[in-house]
Amino acid sequence: MMLFCRNGKSDSLTLEGRVVAAAQALDECLRITVTDGVISAIEPVAASKVVIAPAFVDPHVHLRTPGREDEETLRSGTEAAAAGGYCAILAMPNTDPVVDSASVLGALVERARAEALVPTGFMAAISKRQEGEELSEMVELAVAGAVAFTDDGRPVVSAGVMRRALQYSALADRPLVLHCEEPALSRGGHAHEGEVSAELGLGPYPSTAESLMVERDLALAAAEERPLHLMHLSARESVDALRRAVEVGVAATAETTPHHLCLTDEAVRSLDPNFKMNPPLRGDADRRALRHALRDGTIGVVATDHAPHARHEKDVPFEEAPFGVIGLETAFASLYTHLVVPGELSLETLLERMSTGPARAFRLPEPRIEVGARANLVVLDLEAEWQVAEDGFRSLSANSWLLGETLRGKVVTTIADGRVVFPGDER
Amino acid sequence: MPELLPPAPPRRHLLSVRDLTRDDVERILETARSLAASLDREVKKLPTLRGRTVVNLFYESSTRTLASFELAAKRLSADTMSLRSSGSSVDKGESLKDTALTLAAYDPDVIVVRHPAAGAPHLVARWTDAHVVNAGDGKHQHPTQALLDLYALEEALGRLEGLHVAIVGDVLHSRVARSLVQALGLVGAHSTLIAPPTLLPPGIEALGCEVSSDIEDAAAADVVYVLRMQQERMAAGEAFVPSLREYTALYGITPERVRPGQVVMHPGPMNRGVEIDPRVADSEAALVTDQVRAGLVVRMSVLYDLLTTTPVPAPVAVEVA
Repeated sequence: MMLFCRNGKSDSLTLEGRVVAAAQALDECLRITVTDGVISAIEPVAASKVVIAPAFVDPHVHLRTPGREDEETLRSGTEAAAAGGYCAILAMPNTDPVVDSASVLGALVERARAEALVPTGFMAAISKRQEGEELSEMVELAVAGAVAFTDDGRPVVSAGVMRRALQYSALADRPLVLHCEEPALSRGGHAHEGEVSAELGLGPYPSTAESLMVERDLALAAAEERPLHLMHLSARESVDALRRAVEVGVAATAETTPHHLCLTDEAVRSLDPNFKMNPPLRGDADRRALRHALRDGTIGVVATDHAPHARHEKDVPFEEAPFGVIGLETAFASLYTHLVVPGELSLETLLERMSTGPARAFRLPEPRIEVGARANLVVLDLEAEWQVAEDGFRSLSANSWLLGETLRGKVVTTIADGRVVFPGDER
Repeated sequence: MPELLPPAPPRRHLLSVRDLTRDDVERILETARSLAASLDREVKKLPTLRGRTVVNLFYESSTRTLASFELAAKRLSADTMSLRSSGSSVDKGESLKDTALTLAAYDPDVIVVRHPAAGAPHLVARWTDAHVVNAGDGKHQHPTQALLDLYALEEALGRLEGLHVAIVGDVLHSRVARSLVQALGLVGAHSTLIAPPTLLPPGIEALGCEVSSDIEDAAAADVVYVLRMQQERMAAGEAFVPSLREYTALYGITPERVRPGQVVMHPGPMNRGVEIDPRVADSEAALVTDQVRAGLVVRMSVLYDLLTTTPVPAPVAVEVA
């Protein structure tokens, strides 16, 4: 068991729509009957208005619990996930305290069983207190339910510790999930090094701060013959390094985020802290490289890096604001609007990279649309337009890069593990 | 009873040189020249902004910017008050937002903001109804410095159009350089940024200037604008140049590096013997004190420009109550 949520009764219902599931080579109009949470019948129907797809999986969510329950809780975060079409999410361990022991993880699992609306998994820290020095007790953590190991929020600075983490994690049989940042190059950095940061006088965070660490970690993974997952890639140099490594057989997977796929550092000109992320928004060539890699599968995962921050902490000048934006409730619509509608990415590929892609990368159960499978379904209205409003989030935080923007494509219903967790927006 | 004030002008704030047009710049400089004439009179005060309130909110230390904003407001008969971060509620951890809202409760007409972070004045402008003037935000902008530099240059050389200004020194950490390059571009002058590669941010040429790491390139300019080399940039592990000694040898403005006919400017405070040789600082070519004087009239003009739309009155002494 790696995913946990509160108990509830499985639902029975019937859905009709254009079923799009690239992993199953499905794209046709079907009626899906769900009986007691299990898909019991699938039959053809005439054309339909909505799209039905395997529900989404987000492997990169900050639920801020324990420690910052004012920003997000298991309850609010999973309600946001449900509204975003997700049937499973993975929470990051950079909490207070850090999830670096079985006791902290065990308490979280209990909370998830009491509060989580959507099945939730937990990553544990690579190193104790995420200090990058001593390894966490990976085997005990894996037994207690850790899906993977990460020091997300900070890099494993020492190459020696990184190498040992790769070696030792084999015992736990869990992948390492890496935040690649060379702190000597990113220190004092607030925005991508380039024309925008130069003009605004913001401390530069160059692409090499990411790509150098990506290269190091891929080299170590190759030498140790261990798998790894690269989080939130932002720079084209990182994508190039990943592609080269995969070609020679390194077992590396990678994710990128909706904001890195949709925006460039031009957005930072507003000095709005809702455009401050780590890694930072980069240039147009980087964005093109990310989109290309998402299309060809070099990057197989879209992850939100949903990072809630209290309003008063973002209501400060750019350089004083924390990094990060929320994304669970807007991920599909933002990518549909910015990438699919303009023809940059096919709907099938987007849906695959938000569902099967992440499930496979993290060895989670794949949401599938077939008779006998637990129902993990998202129903999407591609014609619906809606405006992102500060008071419209289920998340406790509202630090979205999309405030005020009108998006196309809306989650109508989400079914997670056989239960309707999002019955539609009544607001 | 306060006199009837003219309607609010269309331009609400002075946050960045980017917000200005050439007409705006020329109008502000023209007004500054008229105001300068009034300063030659025995009674130096104008009644223009009587009943108005100007608040200076300074989160960084400052001598000339704060002094000249205070004096500028007083010379225009505005009520003025200055709040520094030390000795105020900021010391007790009050946020910029709460401090701004507190000040806004007193209904100031203008809030002049200096802050170590880029965009802070923009936030104050969003949170309050006051006109906001950026008196320096992070390494981003210092628009009144750029305007006063244009004023001092035009007074000294009689023109701005076609001038070539070499800006020498720590460009990376300089809001003065960023504002000045944009302001020079607006009035038809051009600039070359000269600095060691470690102090020249990649992409800075997008501001509309040339870049160079060769001090010899300053010789072609009409003006050598020297930036302050900040000692705090030399902290161990963070050093951008190997030593001040080598920096001075390569980029220090010595008499030998000033061509006859060139003028030299510096926004202050100067590090004599580091970025500027004292013989240059004290020479006829130096416009440093002209810049300070220009600071007063240009800041008077900026306050005037934000708060009135009527032409500058002929300089008349205010009646003494």
